[in-house]
Amino acid sequence: MRKGRAAAILAGLAVAVAACGNAPTTTEPTASGSASASGGGAKPLQGVKLEVAAKWTGAEQKNFEQVLKAFTEKTGAEVTYASTGEDTGAYLGPRIQGKNPPDVAILPQPGLVQQYVEQNALKPLTPEVVKEVDTNYTPYWKELGSVDGKVYGVLVKAAHKSLVWYRSQAFEDAGVQPPTNWDELVKAAQTVADSGTPPFSFCGASGWTLTDLFENVYLSTAGPENYDKLSKHEIPWTDPTVGAALEKIAQIAGKADYLVDGTSGTMQTDFPTCVTKVYGTDKAAMVIEADFVAVEAVNAGAKVGEEAKYFPFPKAGDTTPVVLGGDVAVAMKDSPGAMALVQFLASKEGGEVWAKLPGYLSPNKNVSPDNYPDELTKQLGQTIVSAGDAVRYDMSDLAPSAFGATDGKGEWKVLQDFLRNPSDVKGTQEALEAEAKKAWK
Amino acid sequence: MTERLNGRQDPPAASSAGGTSTGPAETPRTRKRLGPSPAVAIAFLLPAALLLGIWVVYPIVYSFVRSLFGAQNFSEFVGLGNYISIFTDPGTLTTIRNNLIWVIVAPIIVTTLGLIFAVLTERIKWATAFKLIVFMPMAVSLMAAGVIFRLVYEQSPDKGLANAVLTTVADTFSSSQGYPAARPREGDQSPVAAQDGGVVTKQPVQAGQPVLIPIVGVKPEVMPSNAQTAKTPAGEGLSGVVWFDFTQGGGGRNGAVDGAEKGLPGMTVEAVQNGQVAATATTAEDGSFRFEGLAPGSYTVRLPKSNFEASYGGLQWLGPTLITPAIIGAFVWVWAGFAMVLLAAGLAAIPRDALEAARIDGATEWQVFRRITVPLLSPVLLVVFVTMIINTLKVFDLVFIIAPASVQPQANVVALEMWRVSFGGGNNQGLGSALAIFLLVLVLPFMIMNIRRFRRGES
Repeated sequence: MRKGRAAAILAGLAVAVAACGNAPTTTEPTASGSASASGGGAKPLQGVKLEVAAKWTGAEQKNFEQVLKAFTEKTGAEVTYASTGEDTGAYLGPRIQGKNPPDVAILPQPGLVQQYVEQNALKPLTPEVVKEVDTNYTPYWKELGSVDGKVYGVLVKAAHKSLVWYRSQAFEDAGVQPPTNWDELVKAAQTVADSGTPPFSFCGASGWTLTDLFENVYLSTAGPENYDKLSKHEIPWTDPTVGAALEKIAQIAGKADYLVDGTSGTMQTDFPTCVTKVYGTDKAAMVIEADFVAVEAVNAGAKVGEEAKYFPFPKAGDTTPVVLGGDVAVAMKDSPGAMALVQFLASKEGGEVWAKLPGYLSPNKNVSPDNYPDELTKQLGQTIVSAGDAVRYDMSDLAPSAFGATDGKGEWKVLQDFLRNPSDVKGTQEALEAEAKKAWK
Repeated sequence: MTERLNGRQDPPAASSAGGTSTGPAETPRTRKRLGPSPAVAIAFLLPAALLLGIWVVYPIVYSFVRSLFGAQNFSEFVGLGNYISIFTDPGTLTTIRNNLIWVIVAPIIVTTLGLIFAVLTERIKWATAFKLIVFMPMAVSLMAAGVIFRLVYEQSPDKGLANAVLTTVADTFSSSQGYPAARPREGDQSPVAAQDGGVVTKQPVQAGQPVLIPIVGVKPEVMPSNAQTAKTPAGEGLSGVVWFDFTQGGGGRNGAVDGAEKGLPGMTVEAVQNGQVAATATTAEDGSFRFEGLAPGSYTVRLPKSNFEASYGGLQWLGPTLITPAIIGAFVWVWAGFAMVLLAAGLAAIPRDALEAARIDGATEWQVFRRITVPLLSPVLLVVFVTMIINTLKVFDLVFIIAPASVQPQANVVALEMWRVSFGGGNNQGLGSALAIFLLVLVLPFMIMNIRRFRRGES
């Protein structure tokens, strides 16, 4: 066994040496070649075989394979797709241990980038790719994919989490218009409640929906800089900005008339069920969640754009909040092919191929929203472009998972307790800080 | 105790040796010749010992060593730090408290129910059918049972069986015809305000001036179908209108009876003077009311609380307070059949003559049960009881599935916490191992008790 491992290490070294040996001579022509030769017909990566792993299945996988096809047509490299299933870490872990990683992997959380860099499993992106990232992404996204100043990953697919979905009939009955700021939202909620429909359907049993709500309000009231600090726990959760955001949330969560099925019912409602309460049983008017609510709304029998409409998360402070979730592409082998593929995915060209397919939203600022196939996605894309440097990544996904991604623990639990008792802003802040201290130590 | 354990380890070997030889087996020479040679014994023991070592001993030792380290793999020695945090973290203390409740309550209920079923099935005709039905839940996996009970405990009586039963029973005794969640229009301009769950006029009112009582937040499903467009009554006496002050599609003026706004029929209205109810009226289909034969003077008009009471909605089974009893209910449903079958088998083995002798001597049925059946059954009762204690200590799946995520902290038990901190997001396998060892220590005494019982049974 020891012999086998030594052999594997030797093989790994050989590959690394080969890659290093090649790097100065081949990578550069490749990069410049792929930029210039696209029209020419000479395919710089003819005969190269690549493997890319991502969690997508079904329609998402098919769409991604079309993007890969476009890459093959351009460069000649053959790309095979491997689906990791829901738990990307569980799939990649053994392959990294076995020294047989895919060339490129697409990670569902930026937190994994840091983790894999610590395991020496990722290769820093070459200067050409970094240049591509610089042209197409704001510095925030670049930093998100970087560890210790080196760029390892690039966000290639986004989920838009700053939306409020509403049932148009409920708004018509109450005679209200989609609000544009927080005070209008509170006022609209009051009017809808007066009309006999509880305005909000919160998904109290799914803690992540509450973190999304908090992140939107916090980004809006405290601004992007504080948001970054809080994401890294550089300011404590007892900071007054957190209290201000929680008080805003209490304005809509603190009134029993505003919540469908009251507080206890809300706490037992998980994510897709809260959408059903708006679009299936027509009991509530609004649900605050991401673009993927559309899927559940359609399942509940509502037509997106007619019955199921949305408005951008209203400004609660000075910033229009745009919070994204999304997937990060990383290179696990330092080969010209892997780098070229990451570069292609980060490029305007690759993004536009993808954008023309349904179910995709690009964080790339140079991918014009006009490319999206439907009106809804176009508007979503527009909000990302117009928010510019203020766009932020989902804070709870940047936190250690014990704090930001565990049922019954950390931020999820404390925000659920807060929803039960929205008057206790101070106690909530202290509980959040205590949990954060445990997770960040 | 160890003495006894050791003492009992020898006899089987000796008795087996004695069993095969008819002659006295006292001299060491004969014993050596008749027993297997050490090499053979080891050869036969080795596979079992090896498997036990790999699958039981090694994991236990490894878990214990791991529990002395922090979240990072063996890089951070924390000593007993993980054990200290088990007993200082309020979340983990809740899990210990819950486990305590489980261990005290669940085995007693399961064993008692099993005993009752077992004794009763002895006396009924369709005993086999009855036993089959009670035993049926054992055929369902605990996870499936959890899913079933998640639905049973659902808050809405339309979905949850438990609340459907409760509300049906409650509705046969009282029926509500009110307007739950409706409330007076708020604000300084509003002529009415909420008080003690009801609605009162802010200013005293007099005859001649119609009383306006604007109500908002009437849910479409409670709006009576016979409601007519609201009308302000005119004429003599103290009169007024209770109506839904909301124009469909917006645009109505607050506090004024606009075009299509509907009256709220069936509301009880009281005229109050000096804290005394002077007269009572009920609103008509257009929401209007009039107090007949009321002495002139100024009154406060009140809609009592009963108008706004929601019908009984059942219990919050999945809320933070009832969650553990609710899950224990599911556990009992699954295991009562198991207890019953074991106890029924034990009952069948009780000598009938002892029971008959007692009856002939004039003992009542209760005395027979109490003095004869239970003592004779006690070995089986104890086995069932101890098995249930071990089962409750390691309960995991039912809690995981039945408790909604928002009440998981209140329903949590040690086994579930162990999984959660190590794999379910916590990624702290040091603390997880410490919890595992803690659980082992809890289970161990009952295990030893069970083993001792089996030994005694063998000898």
